[in-house]
Amino acid sequence: MRTVVAILVSGLSRIGLWGRGVVVAVPYLWLLLFFMVPFLIVFGISFSESIIAQPPYSSLVEWLRDEDAGTSKLQILLNISNYFRLGGDDLYILAYLNSLRIAAVTTLMCLAIGYPMAYAIAKADPARRGPLMMLVILPFWTSFLIRIYAWIGILKGNGVISNLLEWVGITSGPVEILYSDWAVYIGMTYCYLPFMVLPLYSTLEKMDPSLLEAAADLGSRPLKSFLSITLPLSLPGIVAGSLLVFIPAVGEFVTPELLGGPDTLMIGRVLWNEFFANRDWPVASAVAIALLLVLVIPIMIFQHVQGKQAEAGR
Amino acid sequence: MKRRIGFLSWALLFGYAFLYVPIALLVVFSFNESRLVTVWSGFSTKWYAELLHNDALLSAAGLSFQVAAVSATLSVLLGTCAGLALTRFGRFRGRTLFGGMITAPLVMPEVITGLSLLLLFVAMEQWLGWPDGRGVTTITIAHTTFTMSYVAVVIQSRLAGMDGSLEEAAMDLGARPAKVFFVITLPLIAPALVAGWLLAFTLSLDDVVVASFVSGPGSTTLPMVIFSSVKFGISPQINALATLMVLVVATGIFIASIVMARQDRQRKRDEQMAIQNG
Amino acid sequence: MAGQPIRKPTRLEPWQDAGQTPYVRIEKVTKTFGDFVAVDEVSLSIYRNEFFALLGGSGSGKTTLLRMLAGFEQPTEGRIYIDGVDMAGIPPYERPVNMMFQSYALFPHMTVEQNVAFGLKQDGVAKAEIRDRVAEMLGMVQLSAFGRRRPHQLSGGQRQRVALARSLVKRPKLLLLDEPLGALDKKLRERTQFELVNIQEKLGVTFIVVTHDQEEAMTMSSRIAVMNHGVIAQVGTPTEIYEYPHSRFVAEFIGSINMFDGRVVSTEGDQVLVASEEAGCELLIAHATPAPAGSPVSVAIRPEKIALSKEPVAGGGDGRNQTTGIVREIAYLGDVSIYLVQLPTGKTVRVTAPNVTRRTEMPITWEDEVTLTWRPFAGVVLTQ
Repeated sequence: MRTVVAILVSGLSRIGLWGRGVVVAVPYLWLLLFFMVPFLIVFGISFSESIIAQPPYSSLVEWLRDEDAGTSKLQILLNISNYFRLGGDDLYILAYLNSLRIAAVTTLMCLAIGYPMAYAIAKADPARRGPLMMLVILPFWTSFLIRIYAWIGILKGNGVISNLLEWVGITSGPVEILYSDWAVYIGMTYCYLPFMVLPLYSTLEKMDPSLLEAAADLGSRPLKSFLSITLPLSLPGIVAGSLLVFIPAVGEFVTPELLGGPDTLMIGRVLWNEFFANRDWPVASAVAIALLLVLVIPIMIFQHVQGKQAEAGR
Repeated sequence: MKRRIGFLSWALLFGYAFLYVPIALLVVFSFNESRLVTVWSGFSTKWYAELLHNDALLSAAGLSFQVAAVSATLSVLLGTCAGLALTRFGRFRGRTLFGGMITAPLVMPEVITGLSLLLLFVAMEQWLGWPDGRGVTTITIAHTTFTMSYVAVVIQSRLAGMDGSLEEAAMDLGARPAKVFFVITLPLIAPALVAGWLLAFTLSLDDVVVASFVSGPGSTTLPMVIFSSVKFGISPQINALATLMVLVVATGIFIASIVMARQDRQRKRDEQMAIQNG
Repeated sequence: MAGQPIRKPTRLEPWQDAGQTPYVRIEKVTKTFGDFVAVDEVSLSIYRNEFFALLGGSGSGKTTLLRMLAGFEQPTEGRIYIDGVDMAGIPPYERPVNMMFQSYALFPHMTVEQNVAFGLKQDGVAKAEIRDRVAEMLGMVQLSAFGRRRPHQLSGGQRQRVALARSLVKRPKLLLLDEPLGALDKKLRERTQFELVNIQEKLGVTFIVVTHDQEEAMTMSSRIAVMNHGVIAQVGTPTEIYEYPHSRFVAEFIGSINMFDGRVVSTEGDQVLVASEEAGCELLIAHATPAPAGSPVSVAIRPEKIALSKEPVAGGGDGRNQTTGIVREIAYLGDVSIYLVQLPTGKTVRVTAPNVTRRTEMPITWEDEVTLTWRPFAGVVLTQ
């Protein structure tokens, strides 16, 4: 009897293990197939040649059969000229530098607007913090494109700002801010602001208010307390928020496409044009790989910070 | 001290103005008579009427809703599995890679996600004969892939914040793991499932870059239509569409906040009661 | 220690009876987490109807041991038998054991009744019987009127009772309790100690309680295992643990104690004579384990076993178990006062004395020179 029970128990627990296996395996396989493999394909195609065919790239691996000798050989062609092109052409280098600069300025602008907001909300009456935070996140739920679109009407010549400046009398005639770097800064700051405020708020809110009281009690003035206590303690939030803004901003496509001028070159746009306009898939892939190389360090920092927070939360 | 609070209030006010004035202007000018969306020339609802007769836009909207609903549902299924695996299964082989693959799409530039998935679909078609061309299926797969990460993060944080001894208690009382999941875990993470679904739905409905890569002829999504029409200049129809979207979101949030406020009041009353009967 | 429910003298002591088979047998169980050894080769036998306490500080391994009994952790090495059955590989939901969690782990989305009924439902008990048994349990913990409430509508004490009812409703032979009173305030904790003991005696269930509170362990349990760094330091009845600690650790962990280092002078029968420079006198200890002359030992004496007087005590046994010092600190606690007396050697001795009569002026005050005396039965010789 006991052995029967034991067999049943082990059988059932094996089913339990099997259930666990499925729970892990399904998302795991999905991610391998639709995240990891595509990435490897991009990497592979970045070493191929652009040809006029369907699909428009050469195969890396070929079986060459020599009928006379009766032998066959495996030929692997790695074409690294795509990368040389990226390194040799000012257009690409400029696009990379531009992307980094625009992402950095956007991050700083988000920090400048977002930090005081997050600080003010964290200091507000506890009952009001929820609704105030809700108001910050709310625009995120409306379409990203629509929010960019809203700025076109504001920034263009004869737009809201232009008309306002004229009406006040500062300028005469229309002012065109649209299709410039500044339009891109404003638009991207607008779109990414919630990503900065959210992590900042969560670190500032967790901070024990008695720390500041203790500092005040020990004779520190408010500004000094802020600089020596609040700011260092909110550093994890600053790092997380900055990376959340900076990383996607580097690869941004829609905002520079709609708000930027023809000379507002960013990598995302270059990749898009190589792919859709020039139909040069290998170069587009090489651009993608190079873009990832730029982002790999910030992404690793981000994952590290996330991992630490996940551990602390436990 | 007083001056600092003053500064903070101004900063807050500026921040909210920055966030909301553009949206307000969008709404106001959707009722503008003139085609020029920046000069007021009288009240009119004609752009709404025009919007309702724009068949291309309406069919794109229908397609987008379909893709968003299916991919959000798939994301919730996959994301819940992933969240469970990462919070409840301890260490297992390949966990590090799994954790990395779950968070990486959160920060992956859209152009790369779009390009890589397109190249995968092309390669798969070449080798396996599936998917046959690109369209709704490929867009749905692509959207599921990048939205499931967001869902997994939402569910993971909910699970991590949940008292793990609840599940242990159920098991201790004789419930098998699968039963524990459906009777205890699932009801308790239900709010996160709803939030995750809505997030995935919104992200899918918002995406133009990935969809542009992986869509085929005849499968144009709403954001793709908006994007191309915005590129050609501004059109009051888009203002009308934006107003409708804002209206839907605002209504949803309004209802949600009323429900939450009521629950909050109930909870406070309950706690009061608990204290009184000691 | 306010209000101890004194154990009935008729109580059985199955661990004294060689013919008894233990209900729970833990054999050389070790549990490691990575490099950390949480439980280190622990062996224990626990008998039917015992109220057994695992007592220790945080990180002592007591909770890990309890979780291995419940089946949430698997031993790295060793075996656990419950009622003679090897528990290896048996998942929590198939063990004849229930557990009361430190956080109570009440399901927030279920009513009190549904919480209590949960375990019976898993066993497929008939609806009518579930209803009766839930009602019976709620009656026992005096919560009959609260069945329809949700956990968040209850006070801490009520939640604790729901958790108890839920873990007892399946009539387990063994109940594991993880810090059952930890979340309650002091008054409620004392009252609940009685209730727990009464319920345990009424139902005849074996209880294993994890606690860090020595007072709680002493009050409730039939036996205590004191744990330290994953090892069991001593197992015994509360009296044995308190009066006859085996080691410095146990002596210092339970209550407060004075330690005097010294060397054995002579052993006669079970009487040991120790010379201690620290104490400033020779110490005579009765009922001690014999030790070879010259070996270093510590003598432990509880503060309440030392008497204080202002006058030198005549005929105090040729200067043994008697020393003098100066009162440095007095703490008045109402029922007792604590005196810290400094000996000429610099050693500070802690003495507690009951305040027998009501007086506003104390007979002994700061900087008084006093004589300390104690009986040969007061001390314990510790060789480690």
